[in-house]
Amino acid sequence: RSPRLPARELSAPARLYHKKVVDHYENPRNVGSLDKTSKNVGTGLVGAPACGDVMKLQIQVDEKGKIVDARFKTFGCGSAIASSSLATEWVKGKTVEEALTIKNTDIAKELCLPPVKLHCSKSLFLAEEKTQLSP
Amino acid sequence: MDVQATTPLDPRVLDAMLPYLINYYGNPHSRTHAYGWESEAAMERARQQVASLIGADPREIIFTSGATESNNIAIKGVARFYRSRKKHLITTQTEHKCVLDSCRSLEAEGFQVTYLPVQKSGIIDLKELEAAIQPDTSLVSVMTVNNEIGVKQPIAEIGQICSSRKVYFHTDAAQAVGKIPLNVNDMKIDLMSISGHKIYGPKGVGAIYIRRRPRVRVEALQSGGGQERGMRSGTVPTPLVVGLGAACEVAQQEMEYDHKRISKLAERLIQNIMKSLPDVVMNGDPEHHYPGCINLSFAYVEGESLLMALKDVALSSGSACTSASLEPSYVLRAIGTDEDLAHSSIRFGIGRFTTEEEVDYTVEKCIQHVKRLREMSPLWEMVQDGIDLKSIKWTQH
Repeated sequence: RSPRLPARELSAPARLYHKKVVDHYENPRNVGSLDKTSKNVGTGLVGAPACGDVMKLQIQVDEKGKIVDARFKTFGCGSAIASSSLATEWVKGKTVEEALTIKNTDIAKELCLPPVKLHCSKSLFLAEEKTQLSP
Repeated sequence: MDVQATTPLDPRVLDAMLPYLINYYGNPHSRTHAYGWESEAAMERARQQVASLIGADPREIIFTSGATESNNIAIKGVARFYRSRKKHLITTQTEHKCVLDSCRSLEAEGFQVTYLPVQKSGIIDLKELEAAIQPDTSLVSVMTVNNEIGVKQPIAEIGQICSSRKVYFHTDAAQAVGKIPLNVNDMKIDLMSISGHKIYGPKGVGAIYIRRRPRVRVEALQSGGGQERGMRSGTVPTPLVVGLGAACEVAQQEMEYDHKRISKLAERLIQNIMKSLPDVVMNGDPEHHYPGCINLSFAYVEGESLLMALKDVALSSGSACTSASLEPSYVLRAIGTDEDLAHSSIRFGIGRFTTEEEVDYTVEKCIQHVKRLREMSPLWEMVQDGIDLKSIKWTQH
């Protein structure tokens, strides 16, 4: 009814998502599930819907203790999704002990997460721990 | 689609304002020359336009810098004026932050405030209001339309109760003025806050309506040259108030048509989303509701991740991640929304200039991305497997 300005090209201000977070969010790696009944698969589930963050991390381990496959599912914000996606990429090919050395601060640094989003990567770390304990 | 946050200027408002930004730049309080006289005339014209939208007398309209200032004046001004005899105020848990914060600062001054809870519908219980009124209550403040969930409070009934108990009634009508019919006499309203930039007017201006018959006394917050009947000193910004006046006049003309059109678009949005997606909840009473403010919770999907997906649509969420703290919206909490659904809520705003194409685009993207995010959600997976999420012992972190 009234003349509208054409939709402006939104340039992301520095405060918004880093390219890497957006990339992992739009093209997440390793979304899905592994067969949880299999003996080689460990499953960790952390967080609570009430907190707005729930992460499920699954890893498939061969006889030598090396992680051959990993899958994740996340209920959470863009940073949480990106953190989980990145973590599954990183753990593949590592042994379980090596994977445990990955710190949430490493993930936060790689994705350039602002301080307020640190907890998103933290819960990831917890999920990892739980996954190790299962098989 | 975030019109509750702010609205664009209606071109007719801009037209009305331009002369006062260019040639007619006089101070409306200058008594001695034509620059002042013409600015004053414009200011008084605007005052009449605002007054006629709400059924008030122009002498009852005071211009302010916005609804936040108006709320401050209403609450602190009334409370402080009557402080020798009355020390109690009543408000609700779903008010705008400026109202709640004003009350909090009054509590620090020694006043006592009752924050009424709301029902699941978002509407207050009138019996609870009646029970809460004490002999030393000076003011009841209840907003007309809620800015997060669009719920309409029973203003006329509240006005009736307050008038019969001789308590002043203030309403923050920022989201309601010019959108639904309001009359301060029929509804027995004593004070009302109005915001310019919610009704296609300029930012930085608003007004407060203060009843003259019977007179409501208010202690001024801002000291100075005594402008606006001593209630709000400071040069009145002529271009801005002209804009506010024009916005009110336009709103009065367009109210009926806008409401019909917005209702249809809202209906379209809600129906199309709900028929394509299961487990979507609308927050707030569907009947006593302003159609242009729709708050939906998409179960098993987190709000901020959905906003990120809908990146070419301007929306807002009641999710924690989008506010500075990790707490979800206090309004959603007050209506008893489950915490996980509170994290999953999105507010859709439909206004005078929202088009059908925009609504359809938003609906399509929303459906597409909710489906995608549910595929990525462990909660959705568990529900599909038949697990009752409420039975799980979640770990905190």
